[in-house]
Amino acid sequence: MQESQLSASRVAPKVLSVAGLRKAYGATVAVDGVSFEVARGEIVGLLGPNGAGKTTTINMILGVLEPTAGTIHVEGLDVRRERSRALSRTNFAAVYAPLPGNLTVVQNLRIFGMLYGVARLSQRIEELLEEFDLLSFRAAKCGVLSSGEQTRVALAKAMLNRPHLLLLDEPTASLDPSSARETRTRMRRFAASGEVGVLWTSHNMYEVEEVCDRVLFVSKGRVLLEGDPKSLPAEHGRESLEELFIAVAREPLTFGPGEVV
Amino acid sequence: MKAGRAAAIFLRQLYLLRGSVARVLPLFAWITVDIVLWGFITRYLNTVAAPGFNFVPALLGAVLLWDFFSRVMHGVTTAFLEDVWSRNFLNIFASPIKISEYLAGLVLSSVATSALGLLVMLVLASAVFGLSFASYGLLLVPFLLVLFLFGIALGVVGAAVVLRFGPASEWFVWPLPALVSPFAGVFYPLSTLPLWMRGAAYALPPSYVFEGMRAVVAGGEASWAALAWGALLAVLYVLLACWLFVRVHRHVVRTGLLARYSAESV
Repeated sequence: MQESQLSASRVAPKVLSVAGLRKAYGATVAVDGVSFEVARGEIVGLLGPNGAGKTTTINMILGVLEPTAGTIHVEGLDVRRERSRALSRTNFAAVYAPLPGNLTVVQNLRIFGMLYGVARLSQRIEELLEEFDLLSFRAAKCGVLSSGEQTRVALAKAMLNRPHLLLLDEPTASLDPSSARETRTRMRRFAASGEVGVLWTSHNMYEVEEVCDRVLFVSKGRVLLEGDPKSLPAEHGRESLEELFIAVAREPLTFGPGEVV
Repeated sequence: MKAGRAAAIFLRQLYLLRGSVARVLPLFAWITVDIVLWGFITRYLNTVAAPGFNFVPALLGAVLLWDFFSRVMHGVTTAFLEDVWSRNFLNIFASPIKISEYLAGLVLSSVATSALGLLVMLVLASAVFGLSFASYGLLLVPFLLVLFLFGIALGVVGAAVVLRFGPASEWFVWPLPALVSPFAGVFYPLSTLPLWMRGAAYALPPSYVFEGMRAVVAGGEASWAALAWGALLAVLYVLLACWLFVRVHRHVVRTGLLARYSAESV
């Protein structure tokens, strides 16, 4: 993303505003003062090693984990105080949250469509079945689908309510390269519509570079770096995003405020 | 409250029942066994006991009402446990559904499953063993209502226990009706109980139902005031159970137990 685009994203309406977010379990601090925003039409990558606090942050945004401190607003709605209204504009897909395997694809989509209050639900389900190439699996129980097919169902569920904020936690982790590319293209197209902001976690740095407008490097619960995934490695003396990732994971103290480049 | 969200939980339960013999059969299999077993016991008792007393409405009626109560309670907990078994908490509780809507969905599911169980029991008990609910008259309505409400309350408490203590704690929940039954005087008058148990019995809404039922069977009249008190207690327990569930939900959201539910970190 060029500087002009970054500026544009900064002035675009914010779908997600996270300020001073902190989660502590006793003496263990999982997330420590994280602040960031996601604008409409923007895909923001949340990167970091295992245990960095990415999923904890996502869980707090989804209202299934209460922050110790800090605020989360979805389109101005405080997730803590107006949880239901905020979540009706949000949706998510994560590898660790598959849809119930004892229901068929259509049954799952119908139930979650009702939970999210989707208008003209039958029509919306048909659109998504076609879009995610699930028409032949419509009557199949989700539990018998391959992990890639289950991921596509989870993505279809995530798109049911045409969310303004979409959280994708490693959405392509179990997809083959072809399906992963299709998913990236689909999500980019969806973001380009200008109605949605996407928070995307991935360990695939090539994917992040391809899909994200902006990335946040998180380690030990803190945001250490933020910027354009294409220019950020050079700014920190690294050849690629993957090298930068490894450096942040191994030597987090050399990044962030007062970093040594 | 949005009815569509509660309906979604109910619809999920219908989908699961429709496609699963393993779920449908238990709705009436064990209560059928109970009715058959107690039906023959009452027949036998009628032949050996002093003439003039009919054990069918006294014992078989009590079994039927108690099984109805158990089915209501299990109806709520089973619908809740479906989310435990399918590891669906994250998807459900990260959706816009409110706790009141979720609980309403569990209650709707229980209404459907317990109504089916009641129907099967009524047909069997009346057709095979001659149990007539006409003998209870209009009192059948408050009898069923009080048991239904207390079944809902106990079911919601069971769901709160599993939410708080993790999937393995479902084994605490199944025997809850059996734990209550000695105190509720299902088969004997409360006067049979020692004083300390009687104190507990008066705090349990089903006690008023079974005392009333025995009064009617003995040719007397049930106390409407006592039944009204039982209904009031049952409503109070429903409210307390919902309050408990909300508190437990807040606790698991605050401590991270909900987000890491399958880890059983309690």
